[in-house]
Amino acid sequence: MPSIDEIIEGRDICICAGSGGVGKTTTSAAIALGMVERGLKVCVLTIDPAKRLADSLGLEELGNEATRVDPTLLKKNGIEGKGELWAMMLDAKETFDALVARHAEDTEARDRVLGNRIYQQISGALAGSQEYMAMEKLFELHNEGRFDLLVLDTPPSRNALDFLDAPTRMTQFIEGRSLQLFIKPTGLAARVAGRGASVVLSILKRILGFDLLADLSEFFTAFSGMIDGFQERAHRVNTLLRARETAFVIVCGPQAEPLEEAVFFHSKLIEANMNFAGAVVNRVRYRLGTRVPKLKALTADIEASGVEPDLADRAARNLIEYDLLARRDNDNIAGLSKRLAGDPVIRVPYLDTDVHDVAGLCEINRFLFADEETRIELATG
Amino acid sequence: MNVLILDYLEKRLVFVTGKGGVGKSTVAIAMGIRAAMEGKRTIVVEVASTENTSRIFKQEEVGYRELEVTNDLWAISIDPDDSMREYVLLQLKVKAMRDLLFRSRMFTYLADATPGLNELVTIGKIWELAQPDRKIRHGRRYDLVIVDSPATGHGISFLQTPRTFANIARVGPMHSQARELEEMICNHNLTGSVIVSLPEEMPVNETAGLEAKLTGDIGVSVDRVIMNALYPDRFPKKDIKALGALGESSNHELRSVYRAALSQSRRSAAQQEQLTRLKEMVSTPISTLPFIFEPEVTLKAARQLAEELA
Repeated sequence: MPSIDEIIEGRDICICAGSGGVGKTTTSAAIALGMVERGLKVCVLTIDPAKRLADSLGLEELGNEATRVDPTLLKKNGIEGKGELWAMMLDAKETFDALVARHAEDTEARDRVLGNRIYQQISGALAGSQEYMAMEKLFELHNEGRFDLLVLDTPPSRNALDFLDAPTRMTQFIEGRSLQLFIKPTGLAARVAGRGASVVLSILKRILGFDLLADLSEFFTAFSGMIDGFQERAHRVNTLLRARETAFVIVCGPQAEPLEEAVFFHSKLIEANMNFAGAVVNRVRYRLGTRVPKLKALTADIEASGVEPDLADRAARNLIEYDLLARRDNDNIAGLSKRLAGDPVIRVPYLDTDVHDVAGLCEINRFLFADEETRIELATG
Repeated sequence: MNVLILDYLEKRLVFVTGKGGVGKSTVAIAMGIRAAMEGKRTIVVEVASTENTSRIFKQEEVGYRELEVTNDLWAISIDPDDSMREYVLLQLKVKAMRDLLFRSRMFTYLADATPGLNELVTIGKIWELAQPDRKIRHGRRYDLVIVDSPATGHGISFLQTPRTFANIARVGPMHSQARELEEMICNHNLTGSVIVSLPEEMPVNETAGLEAKLTGDIGVSVDRVIMNALYPDRFPKKDIKALGALGESSNHELRSVYRAALSQSRRSAAQQEQLTRLKEMVSTPISTLPFIFEPEVTLKAARQLAEELA
């Protein structure tokens, strides 16, 4: 099994995806830091970094623009050279506003959308808007060409599909035929006003109320001039996601559920013609031996080394329980490897302490940036 | 069996929230088992079609129907499309009219394009489940509805949906229904929430943020923070010292014994630190659940957790 730098070699974009709570933010930051150590200028984009991790990178005042992490902080941890680490925290609403401003025909059209009551209510909450805005920002930075590598920590999605579907859903929403129904002169907008009310419309009115229908119609009309711009842009974002420059890394945990999700996401990536590079499994309990420990024999062995019986018993049980979980992790990951048909799987061990600073990221990188043999030696030797 | 009555299960509706991966579903099910043990007719509601309930109870998929999984405990997995059909029927009262609407393309597009509509009808269904007089025919009356809610970010916008809709639709039927749902969520006598956390840096931070958002912006009562999967403190320092010689042993297995004990002791210490931080950061009462040393969460484990709930 190769190291992470071999996996993403030559790519411009590394997208870390996976379900919530599996250590995506940490893995993204660690990959970025490791590539900086290898001399690259890297920007890591995140939605919601853990406060202490953000603090440790000096990022507390981070906004929607890339900021450079202080090089002296890296130097303290032995990272020197020409590499640069940049980071930014995505603001979905701000990015959405900027997108509207870009596509609006004029300031009047822009203000009509930005000032729309429904837009204000939903622009932060729209299904898939966080996901889409993350891609949008990625696209923008890639076009600028300021960085050797962009690492995206994807927003915590309810499921991985939310992410892949985001551009499609976004365009459907913006451009959708529903929209045209509203804006065609003979469409809903006109009918809401009373002319030729169909049965369906009258039923709708009964459920939604007249005012809401009229407001919705106004909202969709406000977007009407931007359809082409949005459509074209989303198309280019979609193309970039499928390009050779982009690599997807799936991050997961060793339990059955996140692994299942990873396998599912992998199949969807392949289906969508996106480049799966490899999986990172966090918090893995490596097996410390090949034999399953036996309570009686082990307790006797420990006692024979001069440990009192009660402690010997507890220590033996502790190893047995550890091994039980380690075997589960082992089996689960073997199953994952099989279903990924030989694509790389990197196991990062369950460390004794939480990772919340550059030193902790370096600790993780001893595993991420090592080959499998070295990883096993480090984790069990 | 005699069990202590838990204050936060005394409400009619409880939302279980927390960061992704903290064990919300397991805790929600354990709460359900506990409430059923207390003699409450209880239903556990899944909203993201995760089917964790069927996994634990080894049932066929729960799906969009109320299924009794064990004594006094039911489960349902809410599907927004089904909720929408049910909701519209309740509004229109006439099936033919509903079907006409669902067949119209305009309605399908509108339903797909309107953000938050899925969440709204899902909460509508939760509201319906929690009614003493159920709206659907032959509806069973529940004493307690436990909702396995979406993770933090989505969970917050999920609970905010009724208010968002009430604001979008200033008047009319949609407005008054959304307002009613909002009032239910914010009624501290009837509705509460439980935040599940883990003894790690990020979940603890998110718990504090979530508590502030839930009690502040949203106005839902937060009745308990449950620190999940806490390691037992098995090896005080003197034990690790006493085991120290094993670390130098030529026997690989004995070295592993030391390594596993050391790791356990360090993790446990780090977790206690996080528990202390959590206590400083939140004002809600905290209770803890032990780490389950089992490969998967089984029904047996869920029952054990149900008894350990405090």
